[in-house]
Amino acid sequence: MTSNDNLKTMETLTIHKDEITWHPACKTDHIPEDGGACVLLGGRQIAIFNFARRGEWYATDNECPHRQQMALSRGMIGSQSDEPKVACPFHKKTFSLKSGNCLNDDGYKIATFPIKVVGDIVYIGL
Amino acid sequence: MNTNKNKHVVVIGNGMVGYKFCEKLVAKEKNEQRFTLTVFGEEPRVAYDRVHLSAYFDGKTADDLTLAPQSWYTENGITLYLTDPVVDIDRERKEVRSHHGIVVPYDYLILATGSGAFVPPVAGVEKDGVFVYRTIEDLDLIQSYAHKARRGAVLGGGLLGLEAAKALLDLGMEEAHVVEFAPRLMPRQIDDAGSGILQRQLESLGLTIHLSKSTQEITGDDVINGMLFADGSRIDVDMLVISAGIRPRDELAKASGIETHPRGGILVDNFLQTSDPAIFAIGECAVAHHMIYGLVAPGYEMAEVVASRLMGEEKEFKPYDMSTKLKLIGTDVGSFGDPFAAEPTCRTIVYENKSKGVYKRINVSADGKELLGGILVGDAEQYNMLLQTCKNKTILPPDPEDLILGSRGGEEAGAGVMGLPDDALICSCEAVTKAMLCHEIGENGHTTVDALKKATKACTGCGGCTPLVKDIIQGVLKQKGVYVRNILCEHFDFTRQELLDLVKINSLRTFDAVLDHVGHGDGCEVCKPAVASILASLWNENILEKGRATIQDSNDRFLANIQKGGTYSVVPRIPGGEITPDKLIVIGQVAKKYGLYTKITGGQRIDLFGAHVGDLPIIWEELIAAGFESGHAYGKSLRTVKSCVGSTWCRYGVQDSVSFAIEVEERYKGVRSPHKIKSGVSGCIRECAEAQSKDFGIIATEKGWNLYVGGNGGSKPQHAQLLASDMDKETCIRYIDRFLMFYIKTADPLTRTATWLNKLEGGMTYLRAVVIDDVLGIAHDLEREMQLLVDTFKCEWKEVVDNPALRARFAHFVNVPEQKDPTIQFESLRDQKRAKEWV
Ligand code: SRM
Ligand SMILES: Cc1cc2nc3c(=O)[nH]c(=O)nc-3n(C[C@H](O)[C@H](O)[C@H](O)COP(=O)(O)OP(=O)(O)OC[C@H]3O[C@@H](n4cnc5c(N)ncnc54)[C@H](O)[C@@H]3O)c2cc1C
Ligand code: SF4
Ligand code: FES
Repeated sequence: MTSNDNLKTMETLTIHKDEITWHPACKTDHIPEDGGACVLLGGRQIAIFNFARRGEWYATDNECPHRQQMALSRGMIGSQSDEPKVACPFHKKTFSLKSGNCLNDDGYKIATFPIKVVGDIVYIGL
Repeated sequence: MNTNKNKHVVVIGNGMVGYKFCEKLVAKEKNEQRFTLTVFGEEPRVAYDRVHLSAYFDGKTADDLTLAPQSWYTENGITLYLTDPVVDIDRERKEVRSHHGIVVPYDYLILATGSGAFVPPVAGVEKDGVFVYRTIEDLDLIQSYAHKARRGAVLGGGLLGLEAAKALLDLGMEEAHVVEFAPRLMPRQIDDAGSGILQRQLESLGLTIHLSKSTQEITGDDVINGMLFADGSRIDVDMLVISAGIRPRDELAKASGIETHPRGGILVDNFLQTSDPAIFAIGECAVAHHMIYGLVAPGYEMAEVVASRLMGEEKEFKPYDMSTKLKLIGTDVGSFGDPFAAEPTCRTIVYENKSKGVYKRINVSADGKELLGGILVGDAEQYNMLLQTCKNKTILPPDPEDLILGSRGGEEAGAGVMGLPDDALICSCEAVTKAMLCHEIGENGHTTVDALKKATKACTGCGGCTPLVKDIIQGVLKQKGVYVRNILCEHFDFTRQELLDLVKINSLRTFDAVLDHVGHGDGCEVCKPAVASILASLWNENILEKGRATIQDSNDRFLANIQKGGTYSVVPRIPGGEITPDKLIVIGQVAKKYGLYTKITGGQRIDLFGAHVGDLPIIWEELIAAGFESGHAYGKSLRTVKSCVGSTWCRYGVQDSVSFAIEVEERYKGVRSPHKIKSGVSGCIRECAEAQSKDFGIIATEKGWNLYVGGNGGSKPQHAQLLASDMDKETCIRYIDRFLMFYIKTADPLTRTATWLNKLEGGMTYLRAVVIDDVLGIAHDLEREMQLLVDTFKCEWKEVVDNPALRARFAHFVNVPEQKDPTIQFESLRDQKRAKEWV
């Protein structure tokens, strides 16, 4: 039930972006609970996070803008005053999974993508 | 104001106070260069921190204790002569002459000659093995003599004597005696009841205390073999440290006709001026207000007064508070205000808990309004608050006993300090007030003790104000609404140690369970690995199962260290550094097959760099087939046990260090801990395995093994300290089990054993009491808990290799697992490859 509600909010959040095309990215069980993994979509590396504790899914760039390392999907996720975030494994820059803003260094930002789960398939909107 | 232009100031004595005077004068002059400073020091080294002299036995070096490097004097235009005491003052011509014949004229002369140890006229004090405790040289002598001594004694049960007694314990004496003339310990600071409690604490830690003993003779031919007392009793000892009080160094002043006190010390007025108006005396050589101030803080205040007066400021030296707080062998002792004030001038409130070794006494004025003084033994947490309440004559609450009863919770502490007046002197050594600290914390963002040390110099003297400074930091931050307790992070309001206990009591085995039970929110990159480490230390289940993979730091999650570019390194365990030619060949073959860069590490093993995440399982499958195991280079766990070749080949070796190193490495491999742990085993005292730079290091002796703990390489190197000596292997392992488990259970996250031990209350003596004497009664549990970890060890990599589901997690792209990350690039270097430089 909860994941359905989340899908709804996800969709309403992204509804104004009219040109979204949803791409199937992977199966839900490809992504570890409360962690992330990376998919290759149209030549682009995208990090997908299954924030099971909150019943939420997120998608961001896999590349950390700090040293251009393809590793955000391997980072630990968590929250900071309720803002969901991921910490880069390299130097622990942390990024909001919602806005993509870097939470401990104003100079950086990553892209985030709309995401939805239908059945056991994870879709990313590009 | 040009009257002082280029006047010559000569300072005799480069001790703590002499140095402080130079520092203050230089700071006050700024760049004006009003004075030319010359300093003569009798000791061979620049001024050092005598207050923390005993830390020299805890691994601090002479350099660590130095107050300012020699270059500081040069930079500030000060001429410094060391190893060159002044032997003559010509007051007519206003010049001094040194032992080496250097003659320097002065306009102002500052005597900062300090004091020497008072050696009572007892027969036999000249014998070998009798020492005093005042300078680094004294400590060097004591240390080298201690090697051949088994039983030591200290003459004098005052503050310094007890400190010297602790040093004897630290030096590994089997027996350490304290001989005091008075009927109680620290007769000048505490009363009989307090002394009784202190005595019991000290005895439980191995000191033997003899009170009301008047020493008649130090016996032995040329070398001390015992002490004979007036009551006819005697003790047998191999060495003696005399600490029976201080004798001000007034001989030079006396010889030059400056007025001195009949019982010693240079007489000065309220402006620290001697009978010759051009000559001042400061520090422990001066008698001001009819007394010698044997503490550093009043000496610093004297330096301030004289420096100010030379600069033309009005300043006077007022009678100084002699309150003290110190930690004696793990026992807090505090004495403040008038500790002995008694009825009927005041009301005395006493709290005593013999079983806990706590004694507290406060003396409250007859009208119940003011605190006059008091004594704290065993628990001096409230010392700073009480001292401030006493000094500032703060009006007392209706029930003054509240001041010493009830534990001080975090809340109260903050409120308490913050309730002090702004001008309350927090650091008396450096005259830093509460207002100055609040300003630095609140306005300038100096929110750590280190930052405040830099900004205000608070805590840099005796260090006694550090707890209060910490409380003020918390208080100010709390007022500003900032998080303050030493808790893990916003998700857990506990320290690591508390959390470990909670996880254990509640048998929690997953991160979510821990979070649900005792935390809140979703966790983060700080608490997740900390909890992961706790779970592993308690239950030792595979770190990648039951949702535990994603709470691991990236290195643990992929059981390999992530490198620049996103590849990983592979480090198979090579216990003790011993490897067969066949295994070496396998490493070479695997490296070749998967295109890995190879290097011998600093830890006596081989690192293979540049592996794609997807190749890790197959690489390990091949290594495991050849008999290798994970080296845990990625974990906060045992790294390597370095060995030297030892008695199997080395002509000096006295034991088989390689076999023992392998045994130790096999025992503790995989044990998760707050930080990584390293070890080493050397086959003899030449120490080729550098065991003393390890978290625990073992050195072979003729009779068995010595165990050292708390060493560290890295950026702040520190030598390990001797925990126990000449043990057989079994005892050694037992002590290591206890030591490691105690560390695992009590250290903060990411704290190496060295840092942990430095912070441990009571330090090495306490650790020894826990590990060897089992004062906490937990030794058996610690051994059992360690044995559980040893018995449940499994090679994590083997489990992954054999488990298809875990194996599948090692892919860069989950939707195209066979494809490698195309962004990874290498460059070539000396016939191998390296990661491409990042920008
Ligand atoms: C590979 C190696 C350097 C080498 O090529 O020789 C190495 C490599 C790293 N060291 Fe080290 N250290 C290596 C021996 C040492 C030594 C020497 C030793 O162990 O004899 C020291 C000083 C001794 C000590 O630790 O007391 C050392 C002190 C550190 C420190 C500082 C620790 C400290 O307490 O100050 C760090 C940082 C940390 O752990 O937080 C560190 C961290 C690292 C990390 C893990 C940095 C990182 O986070 O990526 C490096 C990972 C390399 C990799 O990917 O494999 N490394 N490191 C050595 C591996 C030894 C092994 O076989 O496991
Ligand atoms: C083991 C120990 C622990 C202590 N613990 C504490 C503590 O916890 N708290 C506290 O407040 N205080 C403590 N003290 C006391 C504190 O160290 C002294 O109060 C302080 O060092 C006094 O400083 P000073 O400069 O007057 O004397 P010193 O530091 O003794 O310096 C005097 C210097 O003058 C030199 N000198 C003497 N005559 C001549 C000459 N003719 N020419 C040239 N140089 C000369 C001496 O060699 C010496 O280097 C402790 C002292 C010791 C020994
Ligand atoms: S010293 Fe620094 S650069 Fe060298 S291996 Fe250790 S952490 Fe890396
Ligand atoms: S590369 Fe991500 S924080 Fe440095």
